[in-house]
Amino acid sequence: MQRHELISDTLRSVRASGRVPLVAFLTAGYPRVDRFADDLREVCAHADIVEIGVPFTDPMADGVTIQRSSEAALAAGVSLSWILEQLRDMESRPGTPLLLMSYLNPLLAYGLDRLADDAAAAGVSGFIVPDLPFDESGDFRVSMQGEGLALVQLVTPITPDERLRQVCDASSGFVYAVTVAGITGGATALPEGMHDYLERVRAVSTIPVCAGFGIRSAQQVSAIGEHADGVIVGSALVETMERGESAGAFLDSLRPAS
Amino acid sequence: MAARVDQATDAQLLRQLIDGQLPDGRGRYGPFGGCYAPETLMPALRRLASASSDILDQASFQARLSTELADWVGRPTPLTPARGLGASWGAEVWLKREDLAHTGAHKINNALGQALLAQEMGARRVVAETGAGQHGVATAAACARVGIPCSVYMGEIDIERQSPNVDRMRRLGAEVIAVTGGDRTLRAAIDEAFRDWVSDPEGTYYLLGSAVGPHPYPFLVQRLQAVIGNEARAQLLHRSGALADAVFACVGGGSNAIGLFHPLLGDEQTLLFGIEAGGEGAGLGQHSATLAHGKPGVLHGSYSMLLQDVNGQVQETHSVSAGLDYPGVGPEHALLASIGRVHYDTATDEEALDALAECCLLEGILPALETAHAFAGARRWAASNPGKRILIGLSGRGDKDMPTLTKVRPGGQHATA
Repeated sequence: MQRHELISDTLRSVRASGRVPLVAFLTAGYPRVDRFADDLREVCAHADIVEIGVPFTDPMADGVTIQRSSEAALAAGVSLSWILEQLRDMESRPGTPLLLMSYLNPLLAYGLDRLADDAAAAGVSGFIVPDLPFDESGDFRVSMQGEGLALVQLVTPITPDERLRQVCDASSGFVYAVTVAGITGGATALPEGMHDYLERVRAVSTIPVCAGFGIRSAQQVSAIGEHADGVIVGSALVETMERGESAGAFLDSLRPAS
Repeated sequence: MAARVDQATDAQLLRQLIDGQLPDGRGRYGPFGGCYAPETLMPALRRLASASSDILDQASFQARLSTELADWVGRPTPLTPARGLGASWGAEVWLKREDLAHTGAHKINNALGQALLAQEMGARRVVAETGAGQHGVATAAACARVGIPCSVYMGEIDIERQSPNVDRMRRLGAEVIAVTGGDRTLRAAIDEAFRDWVSDPEGTYYLLGSAVGPHPYPFLVQRLQAVIGNEARAQLLHRSGALADAVFACVGGGSNAIGLFHPLLGDEQTLLFGIEAGGEGAGLGQHSATLAHGKPGVLHGSYSMLLQDVNGQVQETHSVSAGLDYPGVGPEHALLASIGRVHYDTATDEEALDALAECCLLEGILPALETAHAFAGARRWAASNPGKRILIGLSGRGDKDMPTLTKVRPGGQHATA
């Protein structure tokens, strides 16, 4: 099985079991760089897919929470090489599929030629790159192909129909449906027309569609879960962790009571 | 993308650039440029790319822009023979006086053009970033003239060192928003302006001030600033009967330089020099000399040269001039450097301050600290190339720098007097 299929198959089988899959994001090495492995294990134990954020100095698609966590992680010495090393050396690496979420420049600096090999060796199943739109992703996609790594593409409520089809066709692992125009961690109210939007994405996508941006409560997870194949939680989890509260308990609290 | 080897030779790329075939359909200047933006902005960037060719080429738009450039900006700006500097350097020196354009710098050419474009495109509001405050002031003025509300993001370090411009922007009706995150200078202000735009890509127009950013901004800004080079070329031919031997402009993001250089690219006998901020030295974080010390990378939506560490993290920069204090540079400059058509060099803080003092005393003109870097580069070149005809892009006036000058050179003394 290709690595990107591990992502989509996991989402499908969780869904088939009657649960809404949770995709959780944490910034690598935040809030404590010495607890990265433990934090990752805990998040993995309570989520279905985990996105590991590679910090960048200029996260232009992110709100204040991810900006703050990225800045602190960089100050603590976190880098892509460090993250891959930690994952490679981890005893009993979690079985939960892992994605790296990174702006493009740290990936380019690492070198696309060795990125796929090293990511695969570290147990990573794919990438989300918020400043790499479909139009510029050709070379990246080619370099990921050998290892079968996913490149998760984003769509938004204002993506035109023709482009939506192209982006969904190009995406692998899942399609990341941004629920609101804006930066991460923003609006908490679910926008009007969201259900129609998510159904529109689902209608053209052959792989699962996960929705995110501003998700903070079980009610939202449950409402979105009716129209998406998974729900993504980022800033709210990072804030929970920086308050020193349990990541696992927070993620459990987002699951609709069954 | 990044690693793609371009098959075209340097000469072919230069020819394509002169003939208007670059950027290509994907917003590329050879390997540089492109459009690395969050998906939310892609439809807006596509619309802007169409508008920057369609609307800009319309006769009615061009007529309106020309009228406003003449009546409101005060174009054409003069070409001044700099007899004092010429005598001192042993050269024939000409100054293209963008400091005499309305609001005191070249920034108004772009701000006015884009504000008119924003209005044509039906924008409800404009956002902009500013470093030295010159682009912020120009945007505030242009938006007031055109009648669109505007918000300007400015790093809190820049707010402190360019305080006169903050007050000017507010009086011109702009909302000035302090950026307290990131490096708290121009780079963080651009990050924040993008975040604002991402939240309302359909109603808001992002009026980017330099020749950087995702396609079509580098192209759009070059087109609107080319008036500098077009005028200067015609004026110099008229006044002097010949083209310049060497042309100097300061380079941060590179908007005044690309405006001056682009129309001169085909003048083979004319040497072109872009002068970056050498700051306090060549060490990490001591300068903002992207083309001298940077490596290719992606920041703010385009693939260009970038000051970054081995992990691809963007470096802190330093320059005494806020307008040059930026770790990136426009993709057209990255191409011009790689094919060798423009020579890029640096001037240190001290050299710029000396050049500024000399220009004050010999020409009766206080140039901006940014501009002073171009003077420092020209002066150095003239010392080893006597008797040449030199054109300097005097991109802005230095009134805004008085707080900095008072602090770093109290009393106005200069090292070389």
